[in-house]
Amino acid sequence: MDSLAAIKQTFFQECEEQLAELESGLLAIEGGIQDSETVNAVFRAVHSIKGGAGAFALDDLVRFAHVFETALDHLRAGLLLPSAEVTGCMLRAADVLADLVRAARDGGSVDAARCKALGEELAALDPDGAGTVPETDDGMDGIDFAPVLVELDDLDALPAPSGRHFTIRFTPHPDLYAKANDAAVILREITRLGDATITCDTSDVPLLSELDPEGSCLSWTIRLRTASDAAAVREVFEFVEGDCDVAISAEAEEDGEDLDVAALLARLQGEVAGETAEATAQQLIADETPLPGSEVIDLSEVRRQGKAHEVAPEPASKPEATAASTAAPPTIRVDLDRVDRLIDLVGELVINQAMLAQRVFEAGLARASGVAAGLDELEQLTREIQDSVMAIRAQPVKSVFQRIPRLVREVAALTGKTVRLVTEGEATEVDKTVIERLSDPLTHMIRNAIDHGLESPEARLEKGKPAEGQVRLSALHRSGRIVIEVADDGAGIDRPKVKAIAARKGLVAADAVLSDEEIDNLIFLPGFSTAASISDISGRGVGMDVVKRSIQALGGRISIASRPGEGSTFTMSLPLTLAVLDGMVVTVAGQTLVVPLTAIVETLQPKAVEVHGLGGAARVIAIREHFVPLIDVGRELGYRGNDADPLDCVALLVESEGGARNALLVDAILGQRQVVIKSLEANYRHVPGIAAATILGDGRVALILDVDAVVARSRSDAASHETFLAAAG
Amino acid sequence: MTESQKNHGRRKADLTRAYELIAFRIGAQEFCVDIMSVREIRGWTPVTPLPQSPGFVRGVVNLRGAVLPIVDLAARLGFTAAEPTARHVIIVTQIGEQVVGLLVDAVSDILTVTDDLVQATPDVASEMAKTFVRAVIAVEKRMISLIAVDHILPEPKWTGA
Repeated sequence: MDSLAAIKQTFFQECEEQLAELESGLLAIEGGIQDSETVNAVFRAVHSIKGGAGAFALDDLVRFAHVFETALDHLRAGLLLPSAEVTGCMLRAADVLADLVRAARDGGSVDAARCKALGEELAALDPDGAGTVPETDDGMDGIDFAPVLVELDDLDALPAPSGRHFTIRFTPHPDLYAKANDAAVILREITRLGDATITCDTSDVPLLSELDPEGSCLSWTIRLRTASDAAAVREVFEFVEGDCDVAISAEAEEDGEDLDVAALLARLQGEVAGETAEATAQQLIADETPLPGSEVIDLSEVRRQGKAHEVAPEPASKPEATAASTAAPPTIRVDLDRVDRLIDLVGELVINQAMLAQRVFEAGLARASGVAAGLDELEQLTREIQDSVMAIRAQPVKSVFQRIPRLVREVAALTGKTVRLVTEGEATEVDKTVIERLSDPLTHMIRNAIDHGLESPEARLEKGKPAEGQVRLSALHRSGRIVIEVADDGAGIDRPKVKAIAARKGLVAADAVLSDEEIDNLIFLPGFSTAASISDISGRGVGMDVVKRSIQALGGRISIASRPGEGSTFTMSLPLTLAVLDGMVVTVAGQTLVVPLTAIVETLQPKAVEVHGLGGAARVIAIREHFVPLIDVGRELGYRGNDADPLDCVALLVESEGGARNALLVDAILGQRQVVIKSLEANYRHVPGIAAATILGDGRVALILDVDAVVARSRSDAASHETFLAAAG
Repeated sequence: MTESQKNHGRRKADLTRAYELIAFRIGAQEFCVDIMSVREIRGWTPVTPLPQSPGFVRGVVNLRGAVLPIVDLAARLGFTAAEPTARHVIIVTQIGEQVVGLLVDAVSDILTVTDDLVQATPDVASEMAKTFVRAVIAVEKRMISLIAVDHILPEPKWTGA
């Protein structure tokens, strides 16, 4: 049983390879590479998975793979053209297949409805419009091998060959398959009666283009040496009576042509020669990797054997792809809840360590003392544990990057540009929660790079650049954050144009003197769109400001570097996890608050001349000639009844949703710190104006300010105030 | 959740037998909660006040890494809000899926009571009594009110911003 499990594991490892090949093949086909080698590789990938799955009786997988295979076969035969619709469907089918494989491996479940829907979709691709889903293997399988589980202990238990010889001619009708019977099963039953030599007659197999996928083209001649009588032989065919032609004739002994089970298994259609089944199996084992005590033939062995016989119409492309060379590192799957619990505990440890450090400091123990040294070590260990625990949840960005080639092709097709995508650092890891929310902004950025960044092929040639534009997508770790860059080698940002548009839209004063950097950043303003015509791809005015907002929501930052004529680079820097946050610790009316650092643009000390009253209670502050609303955080949160004197306070210039700027008034800034985010909702409920809580080094809970909510609240307060005044007046 | 269900089930089953309660004092009155819902009892520590919260929610404290809201039970029950000192006590209580700290004057007793001692809350005019007192228990000529803990936390009426 252990060896079976090992073989099964090998099968799943191979499945992973096949799935990767399937996907890259499909992507290549979608990209216009339609040579037979690619199509065959895709077909083979699905077929191999199906074959292996059959051996392990993974019925769901076999069924789906079969439908998929049928559709791919039409593609291979040229009956189906690889339109965007077809390849799209197939790519989705590849996802389902991957899900099924994983479900089979890990015992999980798959979305049955999705699986079924795609199965039907695939079946609907049938150029004959038949759209039916054949339930069993049919003549199609003659094209390639179909491994069958061979239980050698059965063979060991064979009755001693003796007595009668029969020649059986077995020709199934299409009805036999339609009734969900399987010729292979019947043949196996016959082999149980005695020594059987099975020859497959493929003379009726038509050309692939004429092949009826639901037809029956194969027949078999079986020479059987058995102790049983003719009635017993006939009984084997009892279930398929009427659905096949069976001719059984008793015969004088002849032991000439024998059965090579391996070849039979590998290619049902194949010419066969060899010894008895048992001998062949032994020979097979001896020929290839010795598998003493093995009860089951390794599929890869069978496949290799099949190739060695050179009977395949198309040889397998990756015969060397054995498990050993591509084995994934050993992994275990752990419940996410457990990991989260561990992360919580480590968070507590970090807080505790900080508290301990503070107490030691307060106790006035000298730096040189043993206590302080031990504390330093503890701190280092704690950080290491935290990093390691965070690494458990980390995933490579590959899962997001993988979707990009498809997007690039789509956008390139829509814009009529030719684009080459270069990706780097796919293995860079980042927390799962970040990965999940990375896809949308990245999609926007790639679209923008192609649509706005790259010039048309003609314009590029004029400038002496290659007609094909390049978009480089890269990821790397830099100082505890992940940095993702989208760079194009297009025209760069047309600064005079950007400034003119911004001025026209009233986003900036027409005579404002702006640095290059400031002009570049204008494109992040809401409602800004440089595209001359609104295209399908971008330019709906929801472009870069949305990107910026979603990146900020993740606690990230985005910046642009652009050189006219050489291209632009958008760089986003994101935290590696959403469990911690870089914050500015401030005090407001005696309370300690944390303001997310990503929201803060700058901090300043208000001067008397800069603060102006505006209407009733509202105040604004002049920042380089711009008037920005001044919001007293203490008052908004109800910590104090009256507005504080701005001159005693510090103003934090924050950028909130939509790019609007506001100045938040706080009493003092204590410092900058990375804090562990703690939910308030877990034991209480959402508090307006507060995003979450954290625990500071002194063990006290500090609240994390929700900048957008505080700004929005100050607006609605003012509104209700004015309504009240209007009603009163 | 399972824990509280279990507690609930146990409470029901125990109604016919003896069950244990933690009694505490708020002003001159005595109250109690099921001992099975009590996680721990702590001394008062300064809280971080929460903006936009009802007066009886004093704020939050750090309970070994979790954020624990503190409900001033005196204020909640309609008495004058407590002025907590180091002698005040926080009873950390499991309410449904949440853990909440109840601020009380002092823990007075651990009672083992049987069903026959438990009476329905007398029909008085007090809204507070109807809402927060599940039953009253007569022990040694004292009257101890059994708190309906699930009504202690405010309704989450505005969960949005």
